[in-house]
Amino acid sequence: MKISEIAELINGEILTGNAENGHLTKAFSSDLMSDVLTLETENTILITGLANLQAIRTAEMSDIDCIIFARNKKVMEDMVNLAKENNMVIIRTPCSVFKTSGKLYNAGIEPIF
Amino acid sequence: MMEYEYNITGGDFSKAGFASSNLKKALKQLNIPSKLIKRIVIALYEAEMNIVAHAYEGVIKVEITPEKIYINVKDKGPGIEDIQQAMEDGYSTASEEVREMGFGAGMGLSNIKNNADDFEIVSTVNEGTELKIVTKIS
Repeated sequence: MKISEIAELINGEILTGNAENGHLTKAFSSDLMSDVLTLETENTILITGLANLQAIRTAEMSDIDCIIFARNKKVMEDMVNLAKENNMVIIRTPCSVFKTSGKLYNAGIEPIF
Repeated sequence: MMEYEYNITGGDFSKAGFASSNLKKALKQLNIPSKLIKRIVIALYEAEMNIVAHAYEGVIKVEITPEKIYINVKDKGPGIEDIQQAMEDGYSTASEEVREMGFGAGMGLSNIKNNADDFEIVSTVNEGTELKIVTKIS
């Protein structure tokens, strides 16, 4: 699924990254970065309500190139800059983590487990 | 052989991950397979977060040879009283601040071990902790 399609599904705003990019097939929802760091998958979307620099760092180390910040969390400039530096996509949505996950699941995005 | 060295300051969360990020870029330039890079930098990132979260300061030394990558992480800090307990999933002494940041779930050390081919940990209470993380390249 393309970034633009994902953003549209959840009324999301793309804060950085190319909207036409992406062959994203799986997603993982977590506010615990320690859990994200145990994943072994690729082409994964991270859905989280934890908006800080370490969420971006965690995605960088985990080869995750799309993060969705749920619950309209404030995304700071240093987070956007770090994401940009790593060619990542950031989407912010007013939806909750649950609603975001549900919408993406219905659209065919698969869980990791 | 290539060598890298990073000084880490305890408590400085704004820079946490800088060393791991820098090493990741270096490994990419060496054309090491991305799955292998991920294992190496995840282990290093966990170790780097541990210094920031628990120690006063630390030094990360990385040696890259054609066969293996050696990472040595040495900190000055409170040390670990019971390493076996610290290696268990779910055991953590992390502060509320660290937990709010999405860490401190007591999973770091075992995740380092899972991502390493060789892992050693030595710790002295009130002095510090030293980790050796070895990854085979081939």
